[in-house]
Amino acid sequence: MNDLFQIGGVKLNSRLLVGTGKFASHDLIPEVINASGTQVVTVALRRVDLDTPGENMLDYISKDVIVMPNTSGARYAAEAVRIARIAREACGSNWVKIEVISDQRYLLPDNFETLKATEVLAKEGFIVLPYMSPDLMAAKRMVEAGAAAVMPLGAPIGSNRGLKTKELVRIMVEELDLPVIVDAGIGKPSEAAEAMELGAAAVLVNTAIAVADNPVAMAEAFGLAVAAGRLAFLSGPGAVREEASASSPLTGFLTV
Amino acid sequence: MQLTINGKREEVGPVTTLPELLAGKNLPEQQVVIELNGEIVPRERWAAVVLQPEDALEILRFVGGG
Repeated sequence: MNDLFQIGGVKLNSRLLVGTGKFASHDLIPEVINASGTQVVTVALRRVDLDTPGENMLDYISKDVIVMPNTSGARYAAEAVRIARIAREACGSNWVKIEVISDQRYLLPDNFETLKATEVLAKEGFIVLPYMSPDLMAAKRMVEAGAAAVMPLGAPIGSNRGLKTKELVRIMVEELDLPVIVDAGIGKPSEAAEAMELGAAAVLVNTAIAVADNPVAMAEAFGLAVAAGRLAFLSGPGAVREEASASSPLTGFLTV
Repeated sequence: MQLTINGKREEVGPVTTLPELLAGKNLPEQQVVIELNGEIVPRERWAAVVLQPEDALEILRFVGGG
């Protein structure tokens, strides 16, 4: 089956994007990347703690994997733009996940500021993937502004609550022509498969893998689930019925 | 002289370049990104930059994130 997936003109074989936060050890990251089959990973930019400097995350990501810095920490468009520019200069990747959040409880993204940042960064040649609250009109404006994909949340970041926004995501998948990538809240491979069966182009998973008892195995499970969900979507699942429909004819029984 | 590093006021010797500043803080150059007074300084130019009083420096690095 010929199933092309591309973002910003870049062809990708894997429809699973992986975040690198919350891992117990950085050493897990190359193993997770390998087990999941992912080709795009997210990272964040932070001030160095001058007392305990720590390591460079980029050392743990192999050169053939696309690094997508996020703009986490940004509360407004201007902060997101600044972070994106610094990150591009620092790692050479022009992919950026715009993340603009000022809600500390649910970490819900600010669609308005995200749209403003999308406009600026798309004009500067970034491949922009805005993380957003599933609102079709906001997504359409982000597309007009030059986003390469849109990334609606499934549930709050780190909550592992699954595809709580299913109806709104389904509408976005139906109405938009560019990739819809469910990002945040996916807690289990079955939920990733559910998003893919809905027609999502891809999913981005971080917490569910990082906090699993066995992150490497969970990364593999997610890779399989995303592939299964996509294949199921392409295979055209049958109708959902109110009543039963027998698998074999209701005549010709041996016993009657 | 006084400058601001990562939002905190610090005292730094009079003729300090960026590599010297990082060495003084035990920070491997390869791991960090530097923004000076709101502009990113490419690594090739670090040795040529001598810090001035009231400079504002951000010393940044990539960390895990979703």
